[in-house]
Amino acid sequence: MIISVLLENKPGALMRVTGLLTQRGYNIESLTVAQTLDPGLSRMTISVDVDVKLRPLVIKQMTRLINVLQTTDLTDAPAVCREMVLLRVRAPMETRTAILKEAEIFGVRVVDSSVDGFALEATGDPEKLQEFIAIMGSYGDIEVTRSGMVAVSLEAKKLRLSPPNPKPAHEPAVMK
Amino acid sequence: MSQLMSGARILLECLVREGVDTIFGYPGGVTLPFYDAMYDHPIRHVLVRHEENASFAASGYARATGKVGVCCATSGPGATNLTTGLVDCMMDSIPIVALTGQVTSKLIGSDAFQEADTFGITRPCTKHNFLVKDIKDLSAAIHEAFYIASSGRPGPVLVDVTKDVFLGQAHYAPVNEIHLPGYKLVLDGHAGQIRRAAQMMWEAKRPYVYAGGGIIHSGAHEELRELVETLDCPAVCTLMGLGGLPSNHRNFISMPGMHGSYAANMGMYESDLLIALGVRFDDRVTGRLAAFAPHAKVIHIDIDPAEIGKNRAADLPIVGDLKRVMSKMNRNLKELAPQMRPLNAGARKAWWDQVNAWREQHPLLPVFSDDEIKPQHLMHEVDRLTKGETIVSVDVGQHQMWAAQFIRFNAPRLWLCSGGLGSMGFGFPAAIGAAFAHPGKTVVAIVGDGGFQMALPELATMANHGLNLKLIVMNNGFLGMVRQWQELFHNNRLSAVELSGFPNVEHLGAAYGIPAKIITRPTELRPELERAFSIEGPFLMDVRVTHNENVYPMVPAGGAINEMLLAPPQPVPVE
Ligand SMILES: Cc1ncc(C[n+]2csc(CCOP(=O)(O)OP(=O)(O)O)c2C)c(N)n1
Repeated sequence: MIISVLLENKPGALMRVTGLLTQRGYNIESLTVAQTLDPGLSRMTISVDVDVKLRPLVIKQMTRLINVLQTTDLTDAPAVCREMVLLRVRAPMETRTAILKEAEIFGVRVVDSSVDGFALEATGDPEKLQEFIAIMGSYGDIEVTRSGMVAVSLEAKKLRLSPPNPKPAHEPAVMK
Repeated sequence: MSQLMSGARILLECLVREGVDTIFGYPGGVTLPFYDAMYDHPIRHVLVRHEENASFAASGYARATGKVGVCCATSGPGATNLTTGLVDCMMDSIPIVALTGQVTSKLIGSDAFQEADTFGITRPCTKHNFLVKDIKDLSAAIHEAFYIASSGRPGPVLVDVTKDVFLGQAHYAPVNEIHLPGYKLVLDGHAGQIRRAAQMMWEAKRPYVYAGGGIIHSGAHEELRELVETLDCPAVCTLMGLGGLPSNHRNFISMPGMHGSYAANMGMYESDLLIALGVRFDDRVTGRLAAFAPHAKVIHIDIDPAEIGKNRAADLPIVGDLKRVMSKMNRNLKELAPQMRPLNAGARKAWWDQVNAWREQHPLLPVFSDDEIKPQHLMHEVDRLTKGETIVSVDVGQHQMWAAQFIRFNAPRLWLCSGGLGSMGFGFPAAIGAAFAHPGKTVVAIVGDGGFQMALPELATMANHGLNLKLIVMNNGFLGMVRQWQELFHNNRLSAVELSGFPNVEHLGAAYGIPAKIITRPTELRPELERAFSIEGPFLMDVRVTHNENVYPMVPAGGAINEMLLAPPQPVPVE
């Protein structure tokens, strides 16, 4: 499942979200987190293996966390999901043109070139990237770093925040 | 107006503003400045003899009052010793605030003396936790901690405070507003859903109220009584909900679940509408989920949306505070009553006849013997003296189940029990917490000979303060509940359950300066209990009961709720 989480940018907040998933035995496949326009908040995108029936529960449990402002299940919702792959491929003279051709087809940028080979930067949806990685693998040794998925919902969802609460006033029993 | 104060004083000031009168704790290196500030401060600090017992005492205080219990420990081992009590409160939704000291902020991460990652360790043990490394954040963290602990679904909150924060100086200004934008509370409940629920309740032929700890936390006991009386339907209270509906109420059946009564469980099984109020469909209640209440629709009301549908799908979910939701629902029920009550009158009568027949077929009756004290006999005699009006704290094991079966509670917050975590060692320190909360009242603790020995050091706390606490050890010579499982499910291969070497409590009492008595004969039981209860102050009793008595009825783990072992291991067939 793909979960988008808006949370307070506070120490430990990330640990609460990941802890909730690992505590329940779910394996996190990928996780990205970065500040939002409001530096006090972060946006996480989590891809995690959860049984369909349990997904609403995971969303509710995550929403329950004090530092979490909003949790959205994007698995089947209208959303755009992207991932970036940085890939190094060994490219001797005889395969260089072919590799560049493939890169062009996939819309992949060459970010470094040397006698040994290329460093390539690919973005796209995860399946497309998987295909690209497989093709590059057929040219020889590759080294791959994936960013993990980032996603944005295509529906505007109202963010409901709790208003400030007046502190229940206890008459101070002692004042010094 | 603000004045320069040390962090330790600011912390105390915040506690005073939160209405705290008692802290259960144990000092240490990094909390020295805090203890120094407490030296001449009116907040009472109760020195327990182990930090785990500080957390249990705070839990007992909170359970007995509904107020936030407070405990305190030093860094490292002090903090790790608190964790069992935190998880206990987490499982049972009990509001406590735990204060721990942490090494000086500059030393964090350096494996300094008595450093432990308390913030990390207690993250899964708390509803929320804070690490305060800057004195500017202290008062907000404390007030937020109390607010989070006591609001919504209550729970434990820990605030870890570094030593330099205690020692630092800052201007203290009262915090008048809590701002937690991500902390969502839904209290009122959906009006349309509430109306539909009332309609469903009248339409049901075999409605059944399944009330839990949420009733106690929300203070919805009056609303529960009104609902049950308006509908005139049978009701059960779970282990956590005992006292939610008075045990002597005519509609009260008893406790359901693994050691619930036959009638309580059969009622669940046959009901066509379960009215689930502040419960979480725990496995100890439902048995095998697939076979739980197979004919019933479910109305599930809870303040925590994550509980609804977690174990059993709800046909009609309502998220909200039970007291608010139920008072509206009761109004709806009454409005509908004139037209709806006659509708199913016949079916309702047949339902009551059936429930009463189950009650008569297999009533929960205490067992007596002339030769030895039966554990049920002990509970029966305690019940005679507590009269449904006394605080009874229990530990975990067989005695806990017999106490739940045979001791009555006619009001909430009398029954203190580690339900979700089932933590041995809870009963005695929790009773100490309750005794401090209610100085004028007698508090009873019933513990096993195993659990007693887990909390033994607190005899000193009880003696120091002359608490009016009657500590009754139900001594069966075994880790009884484990022995029962070994007998029933492991061919009676008794492995590591014999508790030989139990101390002589009369000597123990003498050593601590507590009156104490060993009771062995059935005829002694009543007069000795009466004597103990008539003496103001602490009393320790070792009641020697039958060694190998088992708790029945019993739904074996993973069994269906209607297939109980009633006495000797023989499954009861469904009709
Ligand atoms: C801290 C802890 N350790 C172990 C257990 C497992 N356990 C559950 S009941 C029980 C036996 C309790 O024996 P005792 O205190 O003598 O009470 P009895 O069952 O005999 O009434 C044990 C060991 C537990 N619940 N809590």
